[in-house]
Amino acid sequence: MNALWVVIAVLLGVASLLGTARLLLGPSILDRALSVDVLLASALTGLGAYAAFNRDPTILPTLLVLSLLGFVGSISISKFVARRPEEHARPEDTVYPATTEQGESRE
Amino acid sequence: MSEQFVSVLDWVAILCILAGALLSFVAAVGLIRFPDLLSRMHTAAKPQVLGMLLVLLGIGLRIMPVEETGVFDFGTLVLVGLFQIVTVPVAGHIAARVGYRTGRIRHDLVVTDELEERLEAKRRAVRDRPPGEGTS
Repeated sequence: MNALWVVIAVLLGVASLLGTARLLLGPSILDRALSVDVLLASALTGLGAYAAFNRDPTILPTLLVLSLLGFVGSISISKFVARRPEEHARPEDTVYPATTEQGESRE
Repeated sequence: MSEQFVSVLDWVAILCILAGALLSFVAAVGLIRFPDLLSRMHTAAKPQVLGMLLVLLGIGLRIMPVEETGVFDFGTLVLVGLFQIVTVPVAGHIAARVGYRTGRIRHDLVVTDELEERLEAKRRAVRDRPPGEGTS
């Protein structure tokens, strides 16, 4: 059974590394926000595995706080991107011109 | 609880947590390999909902035999699960909407795009409206 705990830890570690790679590479800010979400899911899974390994329920409120934090973070990043004017988009944020809305009110 | 029953619970719990960690790993691989924002969102939602629920189930099975586990611990687990189920689709919807509206979607990878047809119809309606009427 100990081997399975090690396998869980290794999987989560590799997942965090790959998520960090996408965080550094990501072409647009939304990709980065998405990879932060995945990193946060890995952190939640890791904390849960810790709690299960030690049979220790005292860190369960931390899971609640982290999931709240992830929701608020990704919503606020999305809203920030929506409000940023198009002409201020940096050149590496590839904007495909077919989809920029015309005749529609932006919220 | 008998010794064997606790052992069975532990095995089920560790298999659940292993599945959750595997989903997390799969999501990270998908983040690296998938080409655009929408497909990355597709893979990133797996550990956030299913993986999280599996891990919470594993924690619940694992702390059940402990004497001092109260109703508040299971309440916290249920609360985390409910919260993930409610918030992850909302966050994903808003991120996808902003990505579409600011042009971060690769249209050559989209099979059908019903929103584009709707937007096009709306644009045509605005364009063909006779002058003199109010603007929307």
